[in-house]
Amino acid sequence: MKETVKRPVLAVGPFHPLQEEMEFYQLTLDGEKVVDIDVRISYNHRGMEGISETLQFDQVPFLVSRVCGICSASHPLAYINAVEEIAGITAPERAQYIRVIINELERIHSHMLWVGLAGHFIGYDTVFMWAWKYREPVLDLLEQITGNRNNYGNVKVGGCREDIPNELIPKMLKDLDKLDKKTWMLTKAVLDDPIIHARLKGVGILTKQAAIDYAVTGPTARGSGIAIDVRRDDPYAAYADLDWNVISQPEGDVFAKAVVRLLEVLESVKIIKQALKKLPDGPIAIEVKEIPPGEGCGRAEAPRGETFHYVRSDGGNRPVRHKIRAPSYVNVPSFKASCLGGHISDVTITLAAVDPCYSCTERLAVVDGHNNIIHNYESLHQLSCEKTARIKKEIGAPEWKLEDI
Amino acid sequence: MSWKIKALKKSPWVFHVNVGACNNCDIEIVNCLTPRFDVERFGIKLVGSPRHADALLVTGVGTKQAAIRLREVYRQTSKPCVVFLIGACPCGMGIFSTGYHVAGPVDKIIREVDPDAIIAYVPGCPPKPEAMISGILKALAAL
Amino acid sequence: MNQEELNNKLLEIKDKLIDIERKSDKRIFLPCEAKNAYAVNKFLFEDVPLRFVIATGIDAEDCFEVLYHFSNDETGCVVTVKAIIRDREKPAIESIAPFLPGAEWIEREIHDLLGIDFKNHPNLRRLILSDDWPEGVYPLRKEAKK
Repeated sequence: MKETVKRPVLAVGPFHPLQEEMEFYQLTLDGEKVVDIDVRISYNHRGMEGISETLQFDQVPFLVSRVCGICSASHPLAYINAVEEIAGITAPERAQYIRVIINELERIHSHMLWVGLAGHFIGYDTVFMWAWKYREPVLDLLEQITGNRNNYGNVKVGGCREDIPNELIPKMLKDLDKLDKKTWMLTKAVLDDPIIHARLKGVGILTKQAAIDYAVTGPTARGSGIAIDVRRDDPYAAYADLDWNVISQPEGDVFAKAVVRLLEVLESVKIIKQALKKLPDGPIAIEVKEIPPGEGCGRAEAPRGETFHYVRSDGGNRPVRHKIRAPSYVNVPSFKASCLGGHISDVTITLAAVDPCYSCTERLAVVDGHNNIIHNYESLHQLSCEKTARIKKEIGAPEWKLEDI
Repeated sequence: MSWKIKALKKSPWVFHVNVGACNNCDIEIVNCLTPRFDVERFGIKLVGSPRHADALLVTGVGTKQAAIRLREVYRQTSKPCVVFLIGACPCGMGIFSTGYHVAGPVDKIIREVDPDAIIAYVPGCPPKPEAMISGILKALAAL
Repeated sequence: MNQEELNNKLLEIKDKLIDIERKSDKRIFLPCEAKNAYAVNKFLFEDVPLRFVIATGIDAEDCFEVLYHFSNDETGCVVTVKAIIRDREKPAIESIAPFLPGAEWIEREIHDLLGIDFKNHPNLRRLILSDDWPEGVYPLRKEAKK
């Protein structure tokens, strides 16, 4: 049954406080198991690829930075990698290091955001508040360097726009040390909690073969045992000069993806500290006169996975064709493989595990055989919290205390 | 001033609608709930249905598909209500104004339903949480 | 697999390609006729095997092109199959979604934006244009922009 329900916009009330992006999922049930899922996207389609062809090469980074709010450093970097490939130029070393630092700071605050959301979806609002509280120092750091908490506008063809003043580096290292400690404590608290184990392990499993068939990337792939990471496989910026590890887990369930993301935050702090200490002197940009005809493929590892941009130039001022592929585009459909056969109370957390550019989950509706909506997001979230409460009772673990962090 | 408006100003319950945004503004709105900004001390609460809301927080350019929904949501919101357009996108579309799939700007979409709608603009890309809170409180004070 | 093994593997389907263009060690383009694209893609995905990244549809004035991008993660090499559709009246190509579920959405999107028909696609419905978008108007086609 694939028809959308009459006037679904009324029945599927967005849920507070996290109803963000608009997509519309429809699940079909057999008893309490999910047997089919359909999705309608379009609400967010702004026609960026079309707009990109009307802009000049140096205006496009500002546009693509707004493809997604949390990958807003990765999209321009992937685009610029493509254009620099066409032009055959390399940005100066200092610029490469600055690009690494900004992108890793973004990865940290994006993963912390996810941890908070995942906590909310299973009924742990304390995790939500603490994770988002620890995001703030990272956003402050980004604001000090680039002038904005999000949408940095810091990369351009040939280098970077804003420099990191050397006087700021000791303070940044101190802030990172503090963040490291707090993140480590939050990670341990989350990963050691037996209720979270019981709630997330074995839930929403994406098998390795399904992960390959759906061509997933990022933590969604690394949580299913596919250890791919653009920073290591096709190095860009200064990643090849730094010492860090690719984190992957084989189980494929939501817990594995949580482990991958939390440990990646710690790796990111490691990378940023190295980059700050090794930051070379020199210019942060070279002059670029024109982009010759040609085509280029640029990639970057966004917090959600591989961001891929294809650019074709005919020697003029504007791209002839600019293809933008965000990682969620391939990760979200894999929901079909990880959700089917699962229990309805696990639906919200399974979708959240894909980290769908942060919020396609509220567009969930469950229909019965007569096309009547019997569950909306609110009730699905309620079911999820009830399951957690049941597990709490069974295991008998104590309540989370704020002083533990 | 009608008692309805008085009540609205004291503790506005807001409903958030995204009509084609990149999520930056949406994340900053959620940030307002978190400990650093803690918007609940002003009585501002995010609700799950437009029928319970005094104010709408709209983010995004207003894509063609989302415009259909936005009009529906506005009709359902109990009146009187204030519409806050958060971010540069709903205020005037900005860089997306040449797109083929945009139906905005959002104030045009809302005025198709209600030419006398009360609309307040909070520009920024994204506006910082302090700016949003300041904008909302200023607009409410001016009512 | 390493770069040399990849290069040797690509020679196995050379007869189905117009050319093998090596822009660099890490960027290889394989132009081919639309009718051979299905076999080439199946070979790259199943036999080599490579990871599917995305597909790009292009209106290239005298023809349509559908580029299928694959990645060899061991070496960071991107292999792009450039399928050329010469029929501008009724552009069509065989869908690869039957063996590659990850391509389902992008083929629907290219169908929406460029009007290319993907034969045997399991679910070729509208994906990203609005419900009230007029039929027959393809926003990424050159004439739509004028």
